[in-house]
Amino acid sequence: MKQLSVEHLLGIKYLNKNDIDLIFETANHFKEVINRPIKKVPSLRDITIANLFFENSTRTKLSFELAEKRLSSDIINFSASQSSLKKGETLIDTVNNILAMKVDIVVMRHPNVGAGVFLSKHIDAKIINAGDGTHEHPTQALLDSYSIKEKLGSIKGKKIVIVGDVLHSRVALSNIFALKLQGAEVKVCGPTTLIPKHIESLGVKVETNIQKALEWCDVANVLRVQHERMDVKYFPSTREYTQLFGINNEILDNLGKKITIMHPGPINRGVEITSEVADSNQSIILNQVENGVAVRMAVIYLLAQQIKR
Amino acid sequence: MSKKVLLNSKEIEIILHRLACQLIENHNDFSNTALIGLQPRGSFLAKRLASILTNDYHVKNIPLGLLDITFYRDDFRRRDEPLEATDTQIDFLIENKNVVLIDDVLFSGRSVRAGLTAIQSYGRPKNIELLVLIDRRFSRHLPIQPNYKGRQVDAIDKEKVIVHWKESHTKDGIYLENK
Repeated sequence: MKQLSVEHLLGIKYLNKNDIDLIFETANHFKEVINRPIKKVPSLRDITIANLFFENSTRTKLSFELAEKRLSSDIINFSASQSSLKKGETLIDTVNNILAMKVDIVVMRHPNVGAGVFLSKHIDAKIINAGDGTHEHPTQALLDSYSIKEKLGSIKGKKIVIVGDVLHSRVALSNIFALKLQGAEVKVCGPTTLIPKHIESLGVKVETNIQKALEWCDVANVLRVQHERMDVKYFPSTREYTQLFGINNEILDNLGKKITIMHPGPINRGVEITSEVADSNQSIILNQVENGVAVRMAVIYLLAQQIKR
Repeated sequence: MSKKVLLNSKEIEIILHRLACQLIENHNDFSNTALIGLQPRGSFLAKRLASILTNDYHVKNIPLGLLDITFYRDDFRRRDEPLEATDTQIDFLIENKNVVLIDDVLFSGRSVRAGLTAIQSYGRPKNIELLVLIDRRFSRHLPIQPNYKGRQVDAIDKEKVIVHWKESHTKDGIYLENK
């Protein structure tokens, strides 16, 4: 019988191919569940999950919360903006206080890289990383891969380009790990200031011309320009970025093939991608959102399976 | 470890025909009835019954569904081995239908309990009946009894009933194994 090889989901880096296959297989079953008239199963009735969001989030938080509710677990929510962190409490103290309420699983988003790994060493609960700084966002990468697989049938041998702010993107790093693990070819494309040095060491190629990148690929995963993480100017103006790296219908129509467009959200419409492209039939952005719930249900279910009373 | 034949393929065939006739007796033309096999093992029996009803008794258009109960089980995390889910294939609503749940062996009744909860996700059935091939008496943990049964068996706890189908093994056969 199958089980995950890891005790926590801290990053794709720690998973192997079998883990990803198992998560996808389980997600298939949950996708069927969330399309039933009654979209709920009682598996996790006796599990309590804390959603700790030390950084703002809309869709990831909603998606996790919905996944947890569909599995019938009890939930407590925490947002940094309304918390005692402002009063100077440390991360471990905050979390230990929450764990004293007998929580089994912690879903955490944190602005600091490695926050999940740190926590997993100090507390006795399953940790799911919902984004740690600019490091990893494993469930996003899993749902991206799941959506590509659903659309194209497989990932092996497919050509995927990640466009935009790769430097600040945890989605990009997790996606690179996940796609390489499943045998895809990956390129990154963006302004040289937003491509990390030595990214080739991860086995990806760099392309600075959006036209060439799109001609090469089967799937373009377009990232958001993260204005909030940019303490200095990485490109002269948003308008220039849009002209050089923005994806619009004109570019796509001239490719001579239909590529699949993805975006992890939230979209800056008219900046990295135009509204027409985002809402076109080439885009699987809303499928990503639906699959996000199924994939997160699978991850939570598989980790909860390891909890023994 | 000893193995005794409970039913051979000929006997199974006769029993399946009898069960099919009993279903017809109660459900006529199956216009408001659905057969639901409990995954994984009940699905072989459900498919076989549906094909006998269609081919030998000319009942047309029987709604046949397969229901996975993994996420509804009460022994999640209480077993040594993790549970593995199988597919659910129910492409019709069971609202106001007569549902016949089908499983191969009725033992503790816990799978059927999970099936009763799971089926509610597809609507509110008019009524639910239970059909099993083997009813192991005296081993129930829950107050659940079959409406249709192939054969009643009095087996002690350390004995196990093994069902082979020609679809998954070489031939039909039901065996009693002493663990």
